[in-house]
Amino acid sequence: MPEDKSPKYHDRRSFIKNGLNTTAALALGGIAGFTITRSTKGDMVWQIDPDKCIQCEKCAINCVLYPSAVKCVHAYAMCGYCKLCGGYHQPGTKRLDTAAESQLCPTNAIKRTFVENPYFEYTIDEKLCIGCAKCVKGCGSFGNGSLFLQVRHDICVNCNECNIALNCPADAWVRVPADNPYLFRGEVRESPTATSESGDV
Amino acid sequence: MKKNILFILLIFIFITESYPQIQRFPKPDFESGYTQPGPVKTYPRSVSWEYVDVAVLLIALFLSSYFALKKRSRKYIFSLMIFSLIYFGFFRKGCVCAIGSIQNISLAFFDKTYVVPLVVIAFFTLPLIFALFFGRTFCAGVCPLGAIQDLVILKPQKQSNRLNHVLGLIPYLYLGLAVLFAATGAEFLICRYDPFIGFFRFGFNQNMFIFSTAVLLLGVFIARPYCRFLCPYGVLLKWASVLSKRHVTITPDECIQCHLCADSCPFDAINTPTPERYPGEPDKGKRQLILLLLLLPLMIVTGGWAFSKLSVPLSRNHYIVKVAEQIRLEDTGQTTITTEFSEAFRGTGMPTAELYNRAALVQSRFKTGSWILGAFLAVVIMSKLINLTLWRRRLDYEPDKGACLSCGRCFKYCPKEHERLLELKGVSLLE
Ligand code: SF4
Ligand code: SF4
Ligand code: SF4
Ligand code: SF4
Repeated sequence: MPEDKSPKYHDRRSFIKNGLNTTAALALGGIAGFTITRSTKGDMVWQIDPDKCIQCEKCAINCVLYPSAVKCVHAYAMCGYCKLCGGYHQPGTKRLDTAAESQLCPTNAIKRTFVENPYFEYTIDEKLCIGCAKCVKGCGSFGNGSLFLQVRHDICVNCNECNIALNCPADAWVRVPADNPYLFRGEVRESPTATSESGDV
Repeated sequence: MKKNILFILLIFIFITESYPQIQRFPKPDFESGYTQPGPVKTYPRSVSWEYVDVAVLLIALFLSSYFALKKRSRKYIFSLMIFSLIYFGFFRKGCVCAIGSIQNISLAFFDKTYVVPLVVIAFFTLPLIFALFFGRTFCAGVCPLGAIQDLVILKPQKQSNRLNHVLGLIPYLYLGLAVLFAATGAEFLICRYDPFIGFFRFGFNQNMFIFSTAVLLLGVFIARPYCRFLCPYGVLLKWASVLSKRHVTITPDECIQCHLCADSCPFDAINTPTPERYPGEPDKGKRQLILLLLLLPLMIVTGGWAFSKLSVPLSRNHYIVKVAEQIRLEDTGQTTITTEFSEAFRGTGMPTAELYNRAALVQSRFKTGSWILGAFLAVVIMSKLINLTLWRRRLDYEPDKGACLSCGRCFKYCPKEHERLLELKGVSLLE
């Protein structure tokens, strides 16, 4: 095919190719431009809406990290400082002491300290906490609900798709701005822009 | 307007504040002067790091293009690749990557409530822009997923052309599904099945680790299996690279058809010269081409129709649909076993009718999306066939602009390259 080699043929091909190249660049610019209108300068991170969480214990096993980046957090302001703590003690335990077998937490991550009669303070040792939500469930069903799960952002590696969010049966996971990354119980939410995992439907 | 915003804000505060928080036990009045600890908040690494990442990406893309096209040095490309593996893979732990960003971009298009970080947009666009100018230099030296696979290419085997063509269609399907799932808000498929994140995180999540290892072992014999037969971003890069202004060449000069480079590419990305045609040989291609062009609309409709039939099972990956189906089963008495999903839903107190409405909305989106996906795949397959019937005269050995990853392995097989290197060293060949 000698005509293939003619300069005219090559001109035409490179003309088409250049045109397509420019079109592709423009399309890319369009995509970038449009998404920039829905963008934020900061980063978005994952967080648990504690009001939606049903304490299914998946947070402990589905995180890509071990132990999980999800930890139990204590809203002291909501706590009743109870002597019999639904989050600390095994249900039905006779001994209201600090013995390991009377504790609910599988890793004994909750520390109990005497404040004054009859009040006890409960502190979570987050190094030990595995995010299993057993205590959260206990406190929610028998106490004030002052224990709840949150993603700790010094640990979380901010997966683009959080593996826990993917498996959460309560759709409790939302994306929140990185500079305001907590949804604490008993606090007024400042981040109404939080986006739910399953979108706007 | 202002009033409206105030009103919405008030409602918002009201809703979040009035959430039933059971105060079973009163707040104690401490007498011992005990002070209540405040809430502890720890923060993610500062956003300036994100900008460092973008800067590193930009510099790496520049260097990769420079090393591949100008410097023509496999050694430099390799070093850059190792750096990217360490930085983007192990240090940044893999997220967000260009491949995954496809989904954030798709979601941002279809979900008004989703805000996408600027960094993600940069990770999506920059490699493509570079590919439009210089080919897939991102794959050569910047992508951490490519890098980890590149390291284990020990005994690459040649596959037949036909197999390569067929397997090469998978990324289009994967891309289509990933966009569909992201756009409908179902899930981020690419992230879920990212084969190497297990290594980058050292997450010790067993299943992930087994999967990663399996893909790497496969990569010993099939060079970069994820890149060639799965990577959805590779599809976009391929499109951009085919149109690229400049591209890696095997020879620095003119090809002398010595055939030495023919088997040097582990990715089967080198196109060989087309055999001469006898004068007067009938051109079968033309008739096939016309036939294919006539078939195209039919295929598009068939593809769209076939995939829209799949939309119901596909939509089950969406949370709302999953829950709605379970609730329907329970409410119609078809099952007595409740699941965590249905229990969680009943706990929210949302009326079932609303759930069904939402599910119907998601399903209708899936229907449209699946139709488009089917039509897209039909176009892809037909274009592939059309491309195969088109006969283009090629005289030289050249990298296939779409498939070539600009890795620079073939350079050293070219005798002309050796001449160039010698000349660089100042050895005159004429002596
Ligand atoms: S997976 Fe969801 S419901 Fe289960 S404990 Fe975690 S946040 Fe709560
Ligand atoms: S984003 Fe990743 S690291 Fe963070 S909680 Fe989810 S799975 Fe764990
Ligand atoms: S094909 Fe995909 S995974 Fe492979 S190097 Fe390119 S972008 Fe990375
Ligand atoms: S640079 Fe050469 S060896 Fe590398 S992918 Fe391209 S054609 Fe193959």
